[in-house]
Amino acid sequence: MNMSEFERWRRDVYDPFVATHPERKASFETSSDLTLPPTFVEGDDVGPGEPPYRRGIHPTMYRGRLWTMRQYAGFSSPKETNERFRYLLERGQTGLSVAFDLPTQIGYDSDDPLALGEVGRVGVPISTLDDLDQLFDQIPLDRVSISMTINSTAPILIALLCALAKRRGVPIEALRGTVQNDILKEFIARGTQRYPVGPSLTLATDVIEFATESMPRFHPISISGYHIREAGSTAVEEVAFTLANGIAYLEQAKARGLDLEQVGRRLSFFFNAHNHLFEEIAKFRAARELWYRITGDRFAMKDERARQLRFHTQTGGSTLTAHEPENNVVRVTVQALSAVLGGTQSLHTNGADEALSLPTSESAKLALRTQQILANESGVTEVADPLGGCPYVEDLTSRVLSAADELIREIDKRGGTVACVENGFIRGRIEESAYRAQVAIDDGSQTPVGVDAGAEIPDAPFTVDTSIEAQRCDQLAQFRQGRDSAAVEKALVEVSARSKAGDNVMPSLISAIENNATLGEIARTLSEVHGEFRDDQ
Amino acid sequence: MTSDRSQSPIRVLLAKPGLDGHDRGIRLVLRVLRDAGMEVIYTGLRATPGEIIRAALDEDVEAIGLSSLSGAHDQHFLEVSRLLAEQGASDVLLFCGGIIPKADVPRLKEAGFDGVFPPGTPLDAIVQFLKDRLRPSSESESP
Repeated sequence: MNMSEFERWRRDVYDPFVATHPERKASFETSSDLTLPPTFVEGDDVGPGEPPYRRGIHPTMYRGRLWTMRQYAGFSSPKETNERFRYLLERGQTGLSVAFDLPTQIGYDSDDPLALGEVGRVGVPISTLDDLDQLFDQIPLDRVSISMTINSTAPILIALLCALAKRRGVPIEALRGTVQNDILKEFIARGTQRYPVGPSLTLATDVIEFATESMPRFHPISISGYHIREAGSTAVEEVAFTLANGIAYLEQAKARGLDLEQVGRRLSFFFNAHNHLFEEIAKFRAARELWYRITGDRFAMKDERARQLRFHTQTGGSTLTAHEPENNVVRVTVQALSAVLGGTQSLHTNGADEALSLPTSESAKLALRTQQILANESGVTEVADPLGGCPYVEDLTSRVLSAADELIREIDKRGGTVACVENGFIRGRIEESAYRAQVAIDDGSQTPVGVDAGAEIPDAPFTVDTSIEAQRCDQLAQFRQGRDSAAVEKALVEVSARSKAGDNVMPSLISAIENNATLGEIARTLSEVHGEFRDDQ
Repeated sequence: MTSDRSQSPIRVLLAKPGLDGHDRGIRLVLRVLRDAGMEVIYTGLRATPGEIIRAALDEDVEAIGLSSLSGAHDQHFLEVSRLLAEQGASDVLLFCGGIIPKADVPRLKEAGFDGVFPPGTPLDAIVQFLKDRLRPSSESESP
């Protein structure tokens, strides 16, 4: 009799992997001493850790290593955010994720008139190298991986991070983490774009090129479906539009002559975990397989690691209700479970109070504890891709995959991703889905539990200290006074010259930061070259 | 002026002041107001209070709806209300939505925001609010 597929998988995939990547325990057993196999491989199926990776990118998945617990946080000031970071790290969080305020995200210093009322509201303000130093005070840059949700100003934040590493004597090669740097989805769904589409893509590609060459442990982009889903898309649209953006970035990299096998290894993705447990699980599995096919079919990529879709997940913020916010703990738990059953590499769980305000430290802790309970108590980590082979899940996975594939082909027909970002096709599709979802809520066919439109919503549990704005203005005034303004000017002229020449701007940005230019000054210099985005919706 | 308009469609300006990019909500409102027969102008992202007032006066609207989910509503919404008064146009109806803490609602009402719509508001409630306030007489004619 032929060897079963499980035995084949065990011999060819699992055993060689475990030899170099031991599992967390010698064996996994239930309370009844039933030993759990590493996975199940039925019929002629493939196992986890082998192409097309529908079943996960690693043979052992969470038997080997748990996902990274990475809570997104930032507010008020670098000092207060640093305190929240250390609070979360002390409670077992395993990676950092920085939320920046809107002025920082769009490229305005805290003392810019356009920043008025926005400083420190939805994230931490960072205008100078000193700010970043304070943000990561007592946090070893070479030992904690750092994720930064920053897009328009991603090149500037990477320059700041590199300059900080140099200041602290940490080689930039040692920096670990991810920068979002996904500008296309800003135009589609998130709204922090600063420059027109073309130059924005050039800047994003500068970061990818720079990190691929100089930051070997850093992911220079996180191609994000999260915000596309938050803006109202369906699960299929989330997969299709995210992977379509991925195609656009690879095309940019290819046009610049970068080695796609190298770039591919550095890409990461970011998805939403929404309400429908099984469709979400199917979505994650489908996205992985479809990306594997795309990298082969469209880009002739061969390197297996370069073709694996690695992703972060965040539970769906727009599913949270302001009414009876404690119910959100249960929503977050089910959503987080879908991400784990779908094979995520890292996870953020939302705070229960986030329909009301930023989370308090107590609710941020509860959100982290939710992940820890799933990881350490529920047992869902002990068999890789535990739902693999389940007819319902496999069928739904295949259908999400083919519907997303079809939608990507529709984008091709309409001139490709960039054309469909510019002509509003993608936005139009998302808005239509958002409308249908709202109608379903309003007509009672999809009513969230515990929502009574007539009932009072609770008070906001968290408020940002508004005096921070004036303090930051004073600090920046002092900073500007104490620096060599001729050196700043010279460094900014160099940024401008590199941009105009079409060179990679990254080295000039690092030098500008080291000469005490601010984020806002650099962003403005780039806008003088590239122009400003205008929302002509 | 309002009486001349009783037979004409309600004209509304929707705006996103500040740097907030969350426009799912305001775009839904845009759509339902248009579906309800209103004439709606939308500023797009990052309109300054000055630009909002100029657009409102140029377009001769009867109502201005503002949205913010970034916590900067106090700054921007109150400035719109102040500039409107400065232009002698306080008869323009103000309403707003987004993530607005309950504690801030009285301050906004005092500044003239008669409608404050938090997350979870059915879209119909906003349509009804505008009809009730701007076309009260036509109410009995609707089926």
